[in-house]
Amino acid sequence: MKGRVLVVDDDTALSEMIGIVLRGEGLEPSFCADGDSALEAFRAARPDLVLLDLMLPGKDGIEVCRLIRAESGVPIVMLTAKSDTVDIVLGLESGADDYVPKPFKPKELVARVRARLRHTDQPVPESLSIGDLSIDVAGHSVRRGDTAIQLTPLEFDLLVALARRPWQVFSREVLLEQVWGYRHAADTRLVNVHVQRLRSKIEHDPEHPEIVVTVRGVGYKAGPA
Amino acid sequence: MTTRPATPRARTPQLAGRSGPPPSRERAASAGRSMARGARTAARVAGQGGRRALSVWRRSLQVRVVATTMLLGLVVVAVLGALLGQEISERLLESRRQQVQAQAEQGLDQFRLALEGSEATTPELLDQFVADQLLRLLGDGLEADRGVLLLRSPENAQPRYINDRNAGELLPSSIPTSLRAEVQRTGDQHAQSIALQGEDGVVPGLAVGQRVDLGPLAGAYELYFVFSLEREQETLERVQRVLGIGSVALVLLVGAVAWVVTRQVVAPVRQAAGVAARLSSGRLDERMPQRGEDDLARLAGSFNEMASSLQQQILRMEELSRVQRRFVSDVSHELRTPLTTIRMAGEVIHEARHDFDPAVSRSAELLATQLDRFESLLGDLLEISRFDAGAAALDAEPADVGEVVDHVVELIRPLAESRGSRLRTHLTPTPCMAELDTRRVERILRNLVVNALEHGEGRPIDITVGADADAIAVVVRDYGVGMRPEDSAHVFDRFWRADPARARTTGGSGLGLAISLEDAHLHGGDLEAWGLPGRGAAFRLTLPRRAGAAVSTSPLPLQATGRTAVPRDA
Repeated sequence: MKGRVLVVDDDTALSEMIGIVLRGEGLEPSFCADGDSALEAFRAARPDLVLLDLMLPGKDGIEVCRLIRAESGVPIVMLTAKSDTVDIVLGLESGADDYVPKPFKPKELVARVRARLRHTDQPVPESLSIGDLSIDVAGHSVRRGDTAIQLTPLEFDLLVALARRPWQVFSREVLLEQVWGYRHAADTRLVNVHVQRLRSKIEHDPEHPEIVVTVRGVGYKAGPA
Repeated sequence: MTTRPATPRARTPQLAGRSGPPPSRERAASAGRSMARGARTAARVAGQGGRRALSVWRRSLQVRVVATTMLLGLVVVAVLGALLGQEISERLLESRRQQVQAQAEQGLDQFRLALEGSEATTPELLDQFVADQLLRLLGDGLEADRGVLLLRSPENAQPRYINDRNAGELLPSSIPTSLRAEVQRTGDQHAQSIALQGEDGVVPGLAVGQRVDLGPLAGAYELYFVFSLEREQETLERVQRVLGIGSVALVLLVGAVAWVVTRQVVAPVRQAAGVAARLSSGRLDERMPQRGEDDLARLAGSFNEMASSLQQQILRMEELSRVQRRFVSDVSHELRTPLTTIRMAGEVIHEARHDFDPAVSRSAELLATQLDRFESLLGDLLEISRFDAGAAALDAEPADVGEVVDHVVELIRPLAESRGSRLRTHLTPTPCMAELDTRRVERILRNLVVNALEHGEGRPIDITVGADADAIAVVVRDYGVGMRPEDSAHVFDRFWRADPARARTTGGSGLGLAISLEDAHLHGGDLEAWGLPGRGAAFRLTLPRRAGAAVSTSPLPLQATGRTAVPRDA
């Protein structure tokens, strides 16, 4: 049973409280209280998910996020106290998959964590193609010809969601629900940022995307194969 | 001397023999006319180019100063010129007249002397003698500027031995009858200005007459000298021309001087205006160059001091705003982290409340609900301090107001149902597009509708959308307790409550409407309230279609007249 969660937060009371809530959900939390030792703790704990505070002593959350993302595609959920939009976008662009604004309810946190851990639970054998890419859903890999393309689980989910229904135009809200597991319309910037990141990895020319196409005023769809 | 001073008038067509002394009143009028003409010319120069010139006139201090100076210079020069010209012409003519009269006197004496010494005893001889004398009197060389006439006096009773005679080309009719009458009456010398027919037009002349007795044989005659004043006229014209040219040159010079002087003054003023404009457009480092120690340098100095002081003020305000924003952000972080912990702890306790005894269980419930309230209050406080710090930014994009209304109504419907109120929306038939920050507009509408539910006494609530070319409007109308008209001005005040004794059922922070008003203002729109006790209240949100554009009128009336009565289906 996977469920190791690394909590990087300098507020020990909050970390402990999060730990209590996560244990109550049957997950295994481990803790780290500053930015400088976060990467070390990540390597030691090998978590399935990271809960990362943006404001940390030592290296800040955005830097830590970048470092973790550089060596792993493990889901990262930011804990943000700032509602400044710039910080959220910056965090998402540095590799975070999702964010939970403080103060959050335990249920919200658990829902986010579950949503990010969910897809790793039951791999279903399935093979898809989108553009000139082939996707092995169970093997969690994307190939262009013989070349494997490294995607984070979230980017992979996003691509799979689009590839499964190439005829459908997905609105940002629908993608939020299917990929992020949001019930209600939340921050559609999540979608925008991650589509940009996905494009930068899979498109021949990210300026003129052919695989993930923007439908003006509606959302995104898979490009013609 | 009994004659009045006469002035020949330049090129004035006058019938020969019918001239009189031009009255001095006419001269003054002539001078006045020339002044008026000068002023008109100046006005015409200033007004050239019609409207464009008018706008230059209004906008350029320099043009105005130069034009005014030139106009005044023109007036002064015109008056001076007129006086000078008149003085010169009078002097010139006076001296000529004296000379002419002396010559006439001298000629007459000569004639008389010759007459006394003559031996002309017969009419034929006398006639011959008179003809010779007249020719001699004509003069020669430079003196040949006159005509001489001998005319028989009307009262002469002697037989007509000698006819009217003339030497030169003058006709007897050249002598005006008024002059003849004067000479006949007194017999003394008289002079009068006349107009002569010259080679090129009429030239001024002077006729001098005196009675002469040709002895018992011929009786009384009148001897007239007629002098041409052509040379004096020419001199006068030359002087006038020189005066005219001199005047124009002087006025132009005055204008040029005024131009240079005003330039020296206006250039720094214009520079100051330019620097001020750049300052106001945000380039706070702009300063005026300061040279010397004159008034303009002092202007530049004062201006620069003002700019520095302004810059300091602005920088201090910016610093203050930055500090404030930083503070808000820090407070946000510092408060939210422990609040999150408390909240989670509260939630965990709340989940387990069934295991506790009733008092602790109820405490856990209270803790949970008050934490919700505390959180919303904190959120509102942070939001309002963000407005105060000027940190609120509008994130506007085109959206359909009707859709936003529908969305908000959908979200609030459960609450409305629990209160027994029906939410009735009246949308426009076509989408109502405007540049909106959807998050803020949703927040405004949520506040308005929740507010209406809170005070709506379970009666229906009407939400009406309207639009015109420039603006969109949403009116939220309830038919509940209403409010006093004087209260409608205060509903947007922070933490204001219409009735302090009223129970806080939905637990609003008291900042909701204040934030909504700020949100509306951020769009460039407005939020207004109306109410009557027992009749309900209405809130109208008006937003420009283009974010930030000014809105003067709202597409919807604040108090919808058709629906003021309490509906039956409440």
